[in-house]
Amino acid sequence: MWEFAVSHRREILVLTSEHLWLVSISMLLAIVIGVPLGIFLTRQPAWKGFVLGLNSVIQTIPGLALFGLLLPLPWFGARSDRLAITALTLYALLPIIQNTFVGISGVDAPVREAAIAMGLTGRQLLWQVELPLAADVIVAGIRVSTVLTVGLATIAAAIGSGGLGEFIFRGLSMVDNRVILVGAIPAALMALAANMLLGFIQRGLRRARHS
Amino acid sequence: MLLGPSGSGKTTTLKLINSMLTPSEGDVRVEGRSLRDWDVIKLRRRIGYAIQEGGLFPHYTVWKNVSLVPRLENWPEEKINKRVEEVLKMVGLPSAEFGQRYPDQISGGQRQRVGLARALAADPPILLMDEPFGALDPITRTELQREFKLLQQRLSKTVVFVTHDVSEALLVGDRIALMDSGTLHGIYQPREFLASPDQQVKPYVDAFRTAQQLFAS
Repeated sequence: MWEFAVSHRREILVLTSEHLWLVSISMLLAIVIGVPLGIFLTRQPAWKGFVLGLNSVIQTIPGLALFGLLLPLPWFGARSDRLAITALTLYALLPIIQNTFVGISGVDAPVREAAIAMGLTGRQLLWQVELPLAADVIVAGIRVSTVLTVGLATIAAAIGSGGLGEFIFRGLSMVDNRVILVGAIPAALMALAANMLLGFIQRGLRRARHS
Repeated sequence: MLLGPSGSGKTTTLKLINSMLTPSEGDVRVEGRSLRDWDVIKLRRRIGYAIQEGGLFPHYTVWKNVSLVPRLENWPEEKINKRVEEVLKMVGLPSAEFGQRYPDQISGGQRQRVGLARALAADPPILLMDEPFGALDPITRTELQREFKLLQQRLSKTVVFVTHDVSEALLVGDRIALMDSGTLHGIYQPREFLASPDQQVKPYVDAFRTAQQLFAS
């Protein structure tokens, strides 16, 4: 395996950066969509069942099937990386929405009450009280999502959008474990690194919270 | 003092005053103006608010908690610093020692004091207090009640104070409003209250006297 890895180091590097790119863009989109959506649910709890339900449904669709289902969509299905990013973002959403909702709902009622009574506007309440106090829970959701997405992104190779999954699928068709491992090990390392980094941030935020 | 059993509407009354709750009928007037004509945010910043356990922001230091409303109101920095020092001293927590601590690094009684300092910080003409000393041990509670009484004599603000404790009402209040199942039963001076023959008042007075006799014997 070692010789294979050394002789393919260029390709490993390219596929790893592709993989990283797929995960980063998907996570960025999932955060940009998921956090505001989670906040929205704390303001309009009537929507909670619908949004979280819809998300759970998406989560239950097997990865490959979701790629297939998105394929006929006009803009999304037009390019394989677009398609992969859409699917990965959809998968990454649930833990982020859920944790944002739980984190903000978990702010102590007397703290929120005092904040409102002191004359904080809705926006001030959100930025000065709710988000700082929910930050570590939100990051915990992002952490779960990221680890999940790193693994899931390997499947994106099946529709030709690159990433470390290329090695895995190639290895599978060649029945060569060396090739599979050359894809699987960097992906696993990436997941571990993301987990550690976000765990570190999460603990820092938790300490800053003082409660 | 709003006095009455649980569920009699004391806290509800309090929350109607700063528009945390909206009346289903009738009108609430603050400083002679209907709440409908007040800007809610402006109104609330003119009303100090202190609750049980303080309701402090756990991620803010004591200093940041106390300076909250002055900062929201964009006071100049120097004025904020001076005022925070002043109110912290007023409640017996010198800012040099306590300013940089977080709420989880001080005692319950101290948190309560910080809550009071925060309510006083922007020098609001009105104070709303919802069982502010409720969660304290009896010794600290009595100490804070006494200090608050002295402070109130000095500051002479309009204070609406919710309690279910008769002795607190008698000790701290100038007037006692007795509430019962959502209605105001009557308003009394402490002396009137103690002498009242009213069937609703008597149980409170009896309870107070019994406690006193227990101490005396």
